[in-house]
Amino acid sequence: MKLKSLIAASLAAAMALGAGAVSADLTFPSLSYRTGPYAPNGIPFADGYADYFTLLNERDGGIGGEKINFIECETGYNTEKGVECYESTKGQGALVYQPLSTGITYQLIPKATADDIPVHSMGYGRTSAANGKVFSHIFNYPGTYWDAASIIVKHILDQEGGDVNGKTIALVYHNSAYGKEPIRTLEELAKKHGFNLTLLAVDHPGQEQKSQWLQIRRERPDYVLMWGWGVMNQVAVQEAANTRFPMDHFIGVWWSASENDVLPAGDGANGYKAINFHGVGKGFPLYDDLQKHVVDAGKAAGDGSNLGTVLYNRGMYAAMLASEAARTAQEIHGVSNITSAQMRDGMEALKIDQARMAEIGLPNFGPDINVSCDSHGGPGQAAIMQWDAGAKTWSLITDYTGADREVVDALIMEDSAAYAAENSITPRTCG
Amino acid sequence: MSPMILNTIEVMLNGLMTGVMYSLVALGFVLIFKASGIFNYAQGVMALFAALTLVGFQSGQIPFSHLINVVFGTDYHNWGPGMNAFLAILLTMAVMVLLAWLVERLVLRHLVNQEPIILFMATIGLAFFMEGLGDMMWGANIKVLDIGLPSGGSFWWEDVTRVWATEGSDYYGMYIDVLDLWAAGIAIVLVVALTLFSQYTKTGRALRAVADDHQAALTVGISLRTIWIVVWSIAGFVALVAGIMWGSKSGIQFSLSLIALKALPVLILGGFTSIPGAIVGGLIIGVGEKLFEFTIGPLIGGATENWFAYVLALVFLMFRPQGLYGDKIIERV
Amino acid sequence: MFYRESGDFKTSYAADQQTFPIRFDRIVIALVLVFAFAVVPFFINDYWEKSILLPFLVWSLAALGLNILTGYCGQVSLGTGGFMAVGAYACYKLTTGFPDLNIIFVILLSGGITALVGIVFGLPSLRIKGFYLAVATLASQFFLVWLFNKVPWFYNYSASGQISMPERTLFGTAVTGSAATPWATYLFSLLFVVVFAFIARNLTRGRLGRSWMAIRDMDIAAEIIGVPPLQAKLSAFAVSSFYIGLSGALFFGVYLGAVEPTEAFGIDKSFLVLFMIIIGGLGSIFGSFVGAAFMTLLPVLFKNIMVGGFGWPTDMVQHFIFMLVGGLIMFFLIVEPHGLAQLWRVTKEKLRLWPFPH
Repeated sequence: MKLKSLIAASLAAAMALGAGAVSADLTFPSLSYRTGPYAPNGIPFADGYADYFTLLNERDGGIGGEKINFIECETGYNTEKGVECYESTKGQGALVYQPLSTGITYQLIPKATADDIPVHSMGYGRTSAANGKVFSHIFNYPGTYWDAASIIVKHILDQEGGDVNGKTIALVYHNSAYGKEPIRTLEELAKKHGFNLTLLAVDHPGQEQKSQWLQIRRERPDYVLMWGWGVMNQVAVQEAANTRFPMDHFIGVWWSASENDVLPAGDGANGYKAINFHGVGKGFPLYDDLQKHVVDAGKAAGDGSNLGTVLYNRGMYAAMLASEAARTAQEIHGVSNITSAQMRDGMEALKIDQARMAEIGLPNFGPDINVSCDSHGGPGQAAIMQWDAGAKTWSLITDYTGADREVVDALIMEDSAAYAAENSITPRTCG
Repeated sequence: MSPMILNTIEVMLNGLMTGVMYSLVALGFVLIFKASGIFNYAQGVMALFAALTLVGFQSGQIPFSHLINVVFGTDYHNWGPGMNAFLAILLTMAVMVLLAWLVERLVLRHLVNQEPIILFMATIGLAFFMEGLGDMMWGANIKVLDIGLPSGGSFWWEDVTRVWATEGSDYYGMYIDVLDLWAAGIAIVLVVALTLFSQYTKTGRALRAVADDHQAALTVGISLRTIWIVVWSIAGFVALVAGIMWGSKSGIQFSLSLIALKALPVLILGGFTSIPGAIVGGLIIGVGEKLFEFTIGPLIGGATENWFAYVLALVFLMFRPQGLYGDKIIERV
Repeated sequence: MFYRESGDFKTSYAADQQTFPIRFDRIVIALVLVFAFAVVPFFINDYWEKSILLPFLVWSLAALGLNILTGYCGQVSLGTGGFMAVGAYACYKLTTGFPDLNIIFVILLSGGITALVGIVFGLPSLRIKGFYLAVATLASQFFLVWLFNKVPWFYNYSASGQISMPERTLFGTAVTGSAATPWATYLFSLLFVVVFAFIARNLTRGRLGRSWMAIRDMDIAAEIIGVPPLQAKLSAFAVSSFYIGLSGALFFGVYLGAVEPTEAFGIDKSFLVLFMIIIGGLGSIFGSFVGAAFMTLLPVLFKNIMVGGFGWPTDMVQHFIFMLVGGLIMFFLIVEPHGLAQLWRVTKEKLRLWPFPH
């Protein structure tokens, strides 16, 4: 038992060192994953998330006069480490968690609700958490996987002149909770619009997808959708290029569409499409500020080369939404040093229109945000973007459009009701 | 021929190609197991490490730049424009030889005569260490590998096979990836080279002697340590080849180390001690899992490949507990 | 001096058959148990519960299970993750199917179901040995995880395939779900671990344990002297899977509360438990605990020191931890190939003879 007590003793010492006093600042933890199999995606997001808060601190002195205390904790995309990170940071007055993994989000849904800390699973996690009546502390604006599925199908409808009857759409998905999310929505949409749906599961990690792509090549579906993650994305794009599947008929979800996913395939990836809920590239006034106050000042989280990449923008966007929610909370409650419960109220009342976006320095960067007590999914809008392999840039090719609310909302109601029943939650009423 | 038959042939052909890719990984395991009885868990990580190093040299990255920048507050990332692929491969090989030397010197030397499971565990420690080291040296970002290998479906083969189909059927030729053909070619060259090396060179003969009987080899004056360094270097080279072939498809990233899992069923099927076994095992697994996914997969929901390879190997083992070409297990009390 | 017995002083069978023959051991274990049961619950907070104590307890139980199979019976298995998944899914199905069933029985039954599955997947061990068996057990690992991922019945047809544990109470106190307090979940898991560690200790000393060890040391010889290999191997698989099933149920129900099979019970978990028992010591109950502590607590410790203490970038710390853990594994193997428990055993021998070593 010697060793154990030794470890326990030194752990206690380390804890005492690490925890420190609860600060009076606004605390934003970042559960990042800069290591492990998904690190290529985690690094730019974490950099963007960190840099925006650094910018607020450097340029404005924080939010509403309160400095921001930014804590990063490495999860390696691993659920247990994520729980460790949550437990170790929540005591420091964390305002909102961005869990950044399906597994960790599912962990935090009951825990954070019990601890009265809001969770913002932006475009991931449990889709039915959009029902704010059941999931009081979970937010997933500006859009969910089911919105994504529906918007992609809408885009296909536009391409096909409004009729997809008898066409075939294949879904290549990561065989996990995340990858299975869109299936039910797509099945409903298939019924409604009369297309055939082919499901092709790819097991983790997804380095070998020859079977799936041979099948696609044999059956020639009209469109292929992808819910992929990690190495699966790069291989799928490469295989699609190899089998000469028309890339503009190949549409990925927002987690299957970063520069990392298309660059290894080179020119073959040209024309690949994906859905996205925020702007791309560096062409926004905010980037001048970022460059000046953060990167050039040597305070950037990364080496500065990630600026303007899809995932960097997404991390920055997440930080922007969090800080705007904090601002809203400050206005509602009339205090600058808000608590996590007040932060939750701020998130629930979050409204960002294009005028505000322009003020921030991100004109037309995303859809109007409009969160309410019963809809935590926000506007549920997204746009389609396309990869240009020559210029190595993404560009949005459609406007932000909404999902088929009729289909998606019914599914959200059904799933959240099942969750409420299973966990004996009485849905609250929204005033 | 009807498209159905052609499709089946296509699946089998691609299965063969995939099998070659599995064999490339499995070869490294076999080499080390044969010469030292060590099941080298770190083989997958070695592939990752070698590929990372190769890209690092090629693109002119500074190793440990992140660490250096954090410690000294500097901002270095590249030392230059990089170098040509051939030179980078040579330098990477030098690094792998150095690694082999270090592994022998610091770890294996102290574990001579331990049970296999202990040696296995040591290689797991090594795998952990190299995962950390590789990321620390070159960063965890995804890297694009381009050493000029072609890729994409072969047009020529499509044209050749299109006419095989029966008249009027909507058949558009068979698919085969040019990169896979290259992989197959490289695998053949590799196996021939390894065979020649072990048959016709002094070191090669010593290698076989050690594989046959450690004790006897020692008595005739073969240095086990040198042999181990040689074997680990060769395994490092095989890892580099495997890393290049797999990495060309997916980019060089952490997940590359997971290809080891694909090699395990190949190993049990082919036997841990046989180079032809690794090749034949790889081909059987490749064809088997692709055919199963093609025929039975759709009925039970697909994504069967991960477990089917193991089940296939398991069934084989029921009949031959030592694998296809493994040394016969003789047990005495 | 403090560690006694340096000869055969036993005068009764009862004394000869005690679980812990040395008084010093008994006192230390009693003290540790009193500390664990009566002191820790008053000081435990969320962080200690979720990040340190629960993982340690859950993994100890899994390591105990695998140690029975690998350490005592000599059958190397890499199917631990799959068997934990069986435990977790059995727990989920039982508790959602029979909401009134007491949680203790749910977890015990989950262990029982896992034991049955373990026997089935243990059948190949009668013919396949050594590393071939290890890799063959991977078949069960991948197949089971695939199965739980694929068949919607296992996750009650939920949209994503995640399973989450509803709240269950024991004597009116919640032990699962988000309302469970740290001390409740801790004591609940501790109870299982202590009871089953005690049972394991005695199992391995009894007839069954001896037949396992005979098989491990040389199965042909064991068969010749009358140990039935079928019975010995399959019972080892059953008992081991029972323990692993328990730990899987606790892992899902008490520790995490929500899991998905591919991530929570992947192949890395199988390897992790194998590392634990090799580092801790094959064929040692104490070693299972030390190994679990080594593999679960060390990274947390390093992380707290390097990120919390020194303020280094999180990603670099993670790389360092990988290198340190890998380096330490190699170091300990070189120093003592038979695990940390062997180090302790050697110390114990020295203490027994002290102060007259000759």
